[in-house]
Amino acid sequence: MSQAIVDAFDASQYWQLSEKVSLRDEEFGALAYHHVNRRLIFLKSRELVDVVRRLGDFESADDAVNSLVAPDQHDRYVTALAALEKSALIRGR
Amino acid sequence: MGAESSLRSRFERGLAAPICLTWELTYACNLACTHCLSSSGRRDPRELTTAEAKSLIDEIAAMQIFYVNVGGGEPMIRRDFFELIEHAVSRHVGVKFSTNGTRIDKESAKRLAGIDYLDVQISIDGADAATSDRIRGVGSYDAARRAMENLRDANFGRFKISVVMTKESVEQLDDFEALATSYGAELRLTRFRPSGRGVEVWNELHPTLEQNRGLYRWLLERPNVLTGDSFFHLSALGSPLEGLNLCGAGRVVCLIDPVGDVYACPFVIHDEFLAGNVRDAGFAQVWTNSELFRSLREPGNPGACASCGSYDACRGGCMAAKFFTGLEMSDPDPECVFGHGEAALAAKHVSIRPISSPDHSRRIPVTLASR
Amino acid sequence: MTPETLTSEDATDEIEEVEDLLVEEVSIDGLCGVY
Repeated sequence: MSQAIVDAFDASQYWQLSEKVSLRDEEFGALAYHHVNRRLIFLKSRELVDVVRRLGDFESADDAVNSLVAPDQHDRYVTALAALEKSALIRGR
Repeated sequence: MGAESSLRSRFERGLAAPICLTWELTYACNLACTHCLSSSGRRDPRELTTAEAKSLIDEIAAMQIFYVNVGGGEPMIRRDFFELIEHAVSRHVGVKFSTNGTRIDKESAKRLAGIDYLDVQISIDGADAATSDRIRGVGSYDAARRAMENLRDANFGRFKISVVMTKESVEQLDDFEALATSYGAELRLTRFRPSGRGVEVWNELHPTLEQNRGLYRWLLERPNVLTGDSFFHLSALGSPLEGLNLCGAGRVVCLIDPVGDVYACPFVIHDEFLAGNVRDAGFAQVWTNSELFRSLREPGNPGACASCGSYDACRGGCMAAKFFTGLEMSDPDPECVFGHGEAALAAKHVSIRPISSPDHSRRIPVTLASR
Repeated sequence: MTPETLTSEDATDEIEEVEDLLVEEVSIDGLCGVY
């Protein structure tokens, strides 16, 4: 995961799951499909799925991650969100 | 390859619902292609009604199956075609449909252009009328080209041109690329399997080993050419091709046929691969509980391929190709790139082979009047 | 499966396929077994 991608993602901003995405629970986490760019992404933890589903309820990505995830996992989850933003699965307002 | 192969093995164990599935809307068809995988031609009187079809779409939506690949026969022949696809997209189920193009006139093209989350794939079997019509019938190539013109004129956007790789079409790859480029379309090449009527012409029409090698090299240089993951058996030749490189049948995809029968995939329309029927208790039940799908999700047995170093790349190849050439599931793929399949076929002296059923073929010649 | 240890040599410009990453993109244009 390129540091540049992580750095480019502003976790202090508001983010939400794109309405063009279908998110489906699986035993291992979830599958997300973007109907316009046709990308299929595998979310590998239930916690990440929870963060993504509830992301839009928080003021910022940082808030969402801080509320839903253990502190030592913060960076890992922000990195995951940065990857999702790169594939257009999450968007701003 | 670490994480990618663990994802692959998750997919092989099956998912809560298919990622997508093929839905053949009708066995009726106005063409009679010699290699038709679904032996289509005559409508089956037990076809799902409009109400049953919409109910199935609702279930597909509830299961969050991401998109359906609609085909047939010729799906646009159904009078409720637009009603059904519009219902699907309104429920956030993407629709990709495959057509011979004969029904894409200017008006239909405009209507299609107005529908969101819809992909259209037009089938041809050659880069010129002579080659394509040998398989699809006189006038079929011209009709397909007219459909492409109509989609372009209606500003449909990017559509797909889909070609099955036969001994003849595989010699025209650059022409197909040029054709797709001329329309701003995507090119899709898929494997010819001995399924449906395909079994009757498979021996004479399937590409040679040398041609398959050439195709593999051509595809490696063009990751933008779509293949529907159908050439994973060629990945044993070297670097894997784009895609998951695994058989999705019963694990991440399946087929629902026009009468609601659920098969592992559209290339195995045969009792051996019949998982159930949606009319019994809906589709979810079949996907989750059928004996057949449960057994397909068990870890595979390499069988005769166990001693081959390339098993991981090709996974022993395609079930349909093996089944309809009379081989066992534990045998190599008949088009094994190392020739092990040919050897197995020769050794078995296969005289009786399974044939696809049901067979809805029309056994009289079809001529397509040009408009 | 033993988790891989990420060293500085492993950093590239691509999204890395390491055990640590919580998302993984699947390249599909269709899956084998559909049209």
